[in-house]
Amino acid sequence: MSDANNTAGDSGDVNPEKDLSTQNLPGQRGQGGEEIRVQRGMFGANNGGDTSGYGGLVRSVRLPGPATRPYGGWFDEVADELEGALEEQGLLPDNAIEKTVVDRDELTFHIEREHLVRVARTLRDDPALRFELCTGVSGVHYPHDKGRELHAVYHLRSITHNRLIRLEVSAPDSDPHIPSLFSVYPTNDWHERETYDFFGIVFDGHPALTRIMMPDDWQGFPQRKDYPLGGIPVEYKGAQIPAPDQRRSYS
Amino acid sequence: MSTSHASPRETTEGTVYTVTGGDWDEVVQSAARADDERIVVNMGPQHPSTHGVLRLILEIDGETVTEARCGIGYLHTGIEKNLEYRTWTQGTTFVTRMDYLTPFFNETAYCLGVEKLLGIEDQIPDRATIIRVLLMELNRLSSHLVCVATGGMELGATTVMIYGFRDRELILDVFELITGLRMNHAFVRPGGLAQDLPPGAVDQMRELVKKMKKNLPEYDKLFTGNPIFKARMQDVGYLDLAGCMALGATGPVLRSTGLPHDLRKTQPYCGYETYDFDVPTAETCDSYGRFLIRLEEMRQSLRIVEQCLDRLEPGPVMVADKKIAWPAQLALGPDGLGNSLDHIKKIMGTSMEALIHHFKLVTEGFRVPPGQAYAAVESPKGELGVHVVSDGGTRPFRVHFRDPSFTNLQAMAAMCEGGQVADVIVAVASIDPVMGGVDR
Repeated sequence: MSDANNTAGDSGDVNPEKDLSTQNLPGQRGQGGEEIRVQRGMFGANNGGDTSGYGGLVRSVRLPGPATRPYGGWFDEVADELEGALEEQGLLPDNAIEKTVVDRDELTFHIEREHLVRVARTLRDDPALRFELCTGVSGVHYPHDKGRELHAVYHLRSITHNRLIRLEVSAPDSDPHIPSLFSVYPTNDWHERETYDFFGIVFDGHPALTRIMMPDDWQGFPQRKDYPLGGIPVEYKGAQIPAPDQRRSYS
Repeated sequence: MSTSHASPRETTEGTVYTVTGGDWDEVVQSAARADDERIVVNMGPQHPSTHGVLRLILEIDGETVTEARCGIGYLHTGIEKNLEYRTWTQGTTFVTRMDYLTPFFNETAYCLGVEKLLGIEDQIPDRATIIRVLLMELNRLSSHLVCVATGGMELGATTVMIYGFRDRELILDVFELITGLRMNHAFVRPGGLAQDLPPGAVDQMRELVKKMKKNLPEYDKLFTGNPIFKARMQDVGYLDLAGCMALGATGPVLRSTGLPHDLRKTQPYCGYETYDFDVPTAETCDSYGRFLIRLEEMRQSLRIVEQCLDRLEPGPVMVADKKIAWPAQLALGPDGLGNSLDHIKKIMGTSMEALIHHFKLVTEGFRVPPGQAYAAVESPKGELGVHVVSDGGTRPFRVHFRDPSFTNLQAMAAMCEGGQVADVIVAVASIDPVMGGVDR
């Protein structure tokens, strides 16, 4: 971005058509990423009394979008092998892999949930891929990502080829089902229970999907964004300090 | 029996029918076989040898464990949820409390993740990285010492407990000198460190290395060849490579199967590729092998510590970017570590801009570009992974810790079932779970 500005400034050749193209505009990390938040105003002044003059600012915050080939490094090799292996099994890669994101030197495959187990098994068993070690699942709740609010994120490590990739699967809040990877990676037993416990993602095919951290009779799923943190105001040196989730948020 | 399945017999009490034959024979026989020895035992959550509040549910037949399950969650403190309501910098204060025996690993893993999101990995000053490595390796020593010490105590060997805690105390003294605290340091911060080493720290660390070099062989002399120790640990808690792979076990548990997988070698971070050290392995897949690995790792950690001390050059310990670097200069006051009086004097007395800058950065924090990152370090227990997600705000959107204790503890059933009750203690101790990390 700074390069684009510099070249435009140095040459004195101003070309709005070209300069205002998508890749030259700041704050865009690729199109098509999920909108995770809409930022209104600035400086955290979001409950009235805004004198900053930025109150009308509306900015959409997007996660990095899909990458285009070449991905760089060994990413292409893994993507080729995976797509090839899926094709061999009679599965169109485009049907299974929703998109591929390359961001911060990390490769992420967004997988359609109905094909997750097949993709994971391929990643584990194919000699050219051989991701033997799954480091568990991490749930993320994007309440504004309509129709795909709940994400399950898996990090797979290949000890053979010394690589690390990420799989991301999403499910809507209304149908929070994702197939279990227990049959492929038994280590996900507790991890999936944890994600179920905190996010309410139901991992179909898990042998005993019960709560693991919270008490068995707990209501609700604590790490969803709409679940309050709780807490009580505390008095400190004569002042009332509000509970952490009641304090001013600048985000 | 062929004539009747319930033959009558006259007694003084009346007619007695003895039921035989048909299905009854099997019922009677199996009832006799299911002896009263088969019971379900709850071990913990408050039990001195379950490493904190771990609950083991054992089905035992006599002295044999037929089924073993874990009940966890007694130490769940909602750290991951809490992080979403604090700034990125405040996060270190929380994560350091996860696995409380490896605070520097938690902090460094978290900070590596945040720095990856910020895209400032290359800007971290060398001195900060070297001190991180230094503290992590000392921390590896102290964590392994606790593992060996408590593991020994659970076998009834109180000497090893005394030895282990004696040496750990020396390391905690150094931590206290450097960070002001023995545990829960929050010393590693996104962008670098909270502050530089205090005067005298390097000398004390050199003294420590000297002392540890003298003390570590004592463990060898006392325990490595000790027949009782070996009898209790050899072939106990067996988990082979296939089991480790399937269950995702890492760290000494995985290396005891002979696979030299260590993230410091395979996916170096913090410049580990420039240090000279070995990754010890064992072929025995048992508790004894893990014990030997830990002993050797302590020696290797000392090697790394020595190299770090030789490499320390004066310089900054925080990124130069003033939009990220914590503005406050910390100093040790009579009531602990806090903002230095000189800094307060400057921002309150002479520079309005510095005051605004301080206020903004401390109360609001810095913004992190949206996206996600995964950072992993080799903690004493295995792969400690951090999945951080940012929504572009000043607070984490989601932080997930893949704690090695949590994952490795799943292997407990595979290690214990079919063994003796007493071996459960040894097997669990060889996993070295810390419930603060398991439950978070």
